[in-house]
Amino acid sequence: MTMASVTATPTRNGAALRGAVSNRSRWLRHGLLQQLAALRWGIVALIIVGWFVYYPIVDNLFVSTTTQDIFTGEVDYVGLDNYRRLLDDPVVWRALTNNGLYAVLSVIFQVFAAFVLAAIIEGLRSRAWRNFWRAVYFIPSAISTTVTGLLFYFIYQPDIGLLDALLHLLGLQNLSYTWLGDERTAIYAIIAMSQWQGFGYSTLLFTIAIQKIPRELYDAATVDGAGPLRQLFCITFPLTREMTGMMIIVTIAGAFQVFNEVMVMTGGGPNNSSQVLGTWLYEQGFNQNDMGYAAAIGVVIFLATLTTGLLQLWYTKRRRVEA
Amino acid sequence: MSAVVIPAGAPLRNPWLVIGKGVLMALLVAAGILVVYPLVWMALGGFKSNSQIFSDPFALPDRWSFDNYVAAWNQGVRNFLFSSLLVTVVSTITTVFISAWTAYGLTRTQMFGKPVIVGFVLGGMMLSPTVALVPLVQMMQSLGLYNTHWALIILYTAFRVPFTTFLIRAYMLDLPRDLDEAAMIDGASEGQIFRKIMLPLCRSIIVSCIILHILFAWNEYIFAMIFTNQIDVQTLPVGLTSLMAKHGTNFAEVFAAMTISALPIVVIFFFTQRYFIRGLTEGIGK
Repeated sequence: MTMASVTATPTRNGAALRGAVSNRSRWLRHGLLQQLAALRWGIVALIIVGWFVYYPIVDNLFVSTTTQDIFTGEVDYVGLDNYRRLLDDPVVWRALTNNGLYAVLSVIFQVFAAFVLAAIIEGLRSRAWRNFWRAVYFIPSAISTTVTGLLFYFIYQPDIGLLDALLHLLGLQNLSYTWLGDERTAIYAIIAMSQWQGFGYSTLLFTIAIQKIPRELYDAATVDGAGPLRQLFCITFPLTREMTGMMIIVTIAGAFQVFNEVMVMTGGGPNNSSQVLGTWLYEQGFNQNDMGYAAAIGVVIFLATLTTGLLQLWYTKRRRVEA
Repeated sequence: MSAVVIPAGAPLRNPWLVIGKGVLMALLVAAGILVVYPLVWMALGGFKSNSQIFSDPFALPDRWSFDNYVAAWNQGVRNFLFSSLLVTVVSTITTVFISAWTAYGLTRTQMFGKPVIVGFVLGGMMLSPTVALVPLVQMMQSLGLYNTHWALIILYTAFRVPFTTFLIRAYMLDLPRDLDEAAMIDGASEGQIFRKIMLPLCRSIIVSCIILHILFAWNEYIFAMIFTNQIDVQTLPVGLTSLMAKHGTNFAEVFAAMTISALPIVVIFFFTQRYFIRGLTEGIGK
């Protein structure tokens, strides 16, 4: 028993106590001044996040209703013109499609394939091997997307790249191809790189989720004669459902914020075939000097990330209620 | 342990199980090679001559010379590395300190309007940097911070405080309150409790946050690309792309530069796995 429970009603953080035994001067104890003093704990974050995160995002809404010129500083209010243009812009739809492709393929590889790999890893008997594979698969996730993007730019190079060299080695010269230089394949080549880089991250998280499953369940299942596959579907998968749901949401959110890999590998080309929303925003705002239109594209990204963000919030809240 | 476990000690009589196990092991090894080989190719490429990269992609370097690494270093990698180090170190300190400070306020003080502040600060996690780009450019120019390390330090701090605060706050909420309440009875001020009790108690989550922030800041590209344009301000990821634009035909040198930029973070990951993994799981699993 601390004195807290004796001298005052214990509040969650012993605040009632502080009034009684604080060594501060009396007039600070209650009222406005004390509130102001306490605010110092929150004000720093409020200012920096408000100023550099919230304000620009709100300002982005205003910018999206204007056309502006960076060089002359001229700003004209144009209402919803940028949004009308957006709806008629084939590249925006192309970019949205590419982000969608990114999301779908990433969910397949970084959620479902990663889950299977994690299950295999956790099935190994030696702990050292389990940690080894986990760490190896994670390595690319620790490296910057710029480095991996450039690396795969070299790997995909026709004739001199590693991929073509490999195809030659296997006698499959016919399959060698300008992966990044063709409108039909560029986005898929980029997505493939992202899967290579990202699956180890989800595998790692799934191994942790699987470790939380009580061993007894597997022992009981084995005694009952359930085979490995049956155990996978009846124990591992249902009991890691939370992590799976979370990973799906996070992966989709990431897919709508893709930028680096496309920028580094193709810059959105050839012929805008691999543009995603982020790179199209960059192209419009910083190469075409059309900040208003770029801001309108930014609003689309904002809506996409807000949706996934709220979904994530709802999902964690729901889990808490269930728990 | 999981689904694919084979009961220990049981003789493997079922041929399907043996075959299945072999297939699974093959899968693990294949995926491992797929992950590691491109990275090995990159690091080795830094030792090769340009012609050898084309003519003999799978071979080991003819001679192990560090010439490409030295050349890359002198072509700007030295400056990029310094910028990356500076921005990463300073933004890590500011982010983690401000986040711990805020988390303490949100969990241990009588601050006014706590729920609102929690919603506001943590809500920042949902906002993507891309959306803020256009206004931020104008803002940084008017603040005179364009093309300075400060621009990146401020942005990395502002955009990562929400997530880092979220992690530390969750940890502090789970900490028992006896110690700080006892300290309060002894007349310690909030500041003293924060410094002398909370920070040491939260050491492990703070280490996790430091590592996650280093990973973010070292690899960040969008802000770095847009807010810096000179060799002595650019960080590694941006420096690499400009190196590529200038010496794109000199593959070997670019490979060397890429390896120099990837190596520190991989080393850090291997030495701090435990903290790293905890940070990741707390971040997604709470």
